[in-house]
Amino acid sequence: MQEIENKIREFIQENLLVFEVETEIKNTDNIFEMGLVNSLFAMKLLTYIEREFCFIIDNDDLDLKNFNCIENICKLIKSRIEALQL
Amino acid sequence: MKQKVVIVGAGLMGSGIALDLASHGFSVILKDISATALVESQNNIKILFRTVKLIKRNYTVSHIDEILERIEFTCEFRELTDVDLVIENITEDWDMKKDLYAELNKIFPEDTVIASNTSCISITRLSSLVANPGRIIGSHFMNPVPLKSMVEIIKGFHTSISTMDKIIDLLKTIQKAPVIVNDYPGFVANRLSHLFMNEAAFLIQDGVANPIEIDTIFKKGYGHAMGPLETADLIGLDTVVNSLGILYKEYQDTKFRCCPLLKKMVAAGLLGKKSGEGFYKY
Repeated sequence: MQEIENKIREFIQENLLVFEVETEIKNTDNIFEMGLVNSLFAMKLLTYIEREFCFIIDNDDLDLKNFNCIENICKLIKSRIEALQL
Repeated sequence: MKQKVVIVGAGLMGSGIALDLASHGFSVILKDISATALVESQNNIKILFRTVKLIKRNYTVSHIDEILERIEFTCEFRELTDVDLVIENITEDWDMKKDLYAELNKIFPEDTVIASNTSCISITRLSSLVANPGRIIGSHFMNPVPLKSMVEIIKGFHTSISTMDKIIDLLKTIQKAPVIVNDYPGFVANRLSHLFMNEAAFLIQDGVANPIEIDTIFKKGYGHAMGPLETADLIGLDTVVNSLGILYKEYQDTKFRCCPLLKKMVAAGLLGKKSGEGFYKY
C-alpha cells in the first residue's frame, strides 16, 4: 500500500497546477476542490493508473469520489489489484 | 429527430465537440485530411469520455460505443444536403482556411450554417470566401469542450439573424451558454488573455516578481483558476507569440507588442509544458 501511495503522490506532485514550494498534500486532501489539479489532470491520472498498475478502470468506478484524494485513489487501486489476484 | 453536424478538423477541439454533440444524440460526421488524425481522434474521444464521466455529475447514460456509432470518421466530403451545421476547426492558418472555405462553399447548400471555431481569425474575412456570407459565424469553444459551459460566439459583419438563432439553439441543446460578441481580432477571450500573459512576461523580464509570485497573485488575489504564466506554458509559448503577432499586425497597436523575453524563450526552445520547460519546469 505504501508503494502505491508513493507513486500516486509523486504523480500528483509532478502534475500540480500550483507551484508553491510549501504545497504539502495530506492523504485525505481533496485535490480537485483545493484547486491543485484540473480536468486535464483527471484525464492523465486515469491513463497513468491503468498503465502503471495494469488494469482497466470500470465505467462504474468512474466517480470523482474514488479519485478526489490520495487515500481514495489508493483504496481503489488496492481493491482492483486484490480482485485480479483472486 | 436530432440534427446532423459536420465537423471539419479532428484535432483536440474537433474531437471534443464531436463527443459533446454525439453524447447529446446528434449525428456527427468528423472529417479530417489525415487518416492518422482520425484514428487518434477516436482514441482521444474515448479518453475524454471517461474523464467527463468521472468529473461531470449526471453525464450521459449512453455507453461510449453507442456514442461512437453516432460519429462517422471520414477523410472525404460526400454530397451532403441534409446537414444542419458545419463546424470548422482546422489549423489557425489563413491560407489553409481560404482553400477549405472555397471547398465548403461548393459542397454545402447556401443555407447551411458554417461556424468557425477560431480564436483569432476574423469572421468577417472568412465570410468573404463564400457566396452567402450571412451563414458564417464564429464559435470559440473552450477546452475540454464537454466540461466547459460557455462558448464565445462571434457575429461577423454579415452574419444573419437566422444563423445566430440556429447556433444559439444548438448550443442550448448541448447545455452551453453562448456569449455573443462582435468581430474584432482576438474577440474577447484571446484579446484579454494575451495581454495578461504578455504583461506577466514583461514583469519577469523587468525582475519585478518570479512566476510563482505572479501566478499566486492572480489565483489567490483575483480568484482565477490559473495564473497567466501557467496558462502561457499550457498553451505553448510559441502559440502565444504567434497570436500576439496577429493581434499586433491587425491593430497596429503597441499594446500588443510581444515581450522580447517570450521571443527569446521560444528561440531557446522553452515552449512550456510541451517542451518540458517554459516559465516552469515540468
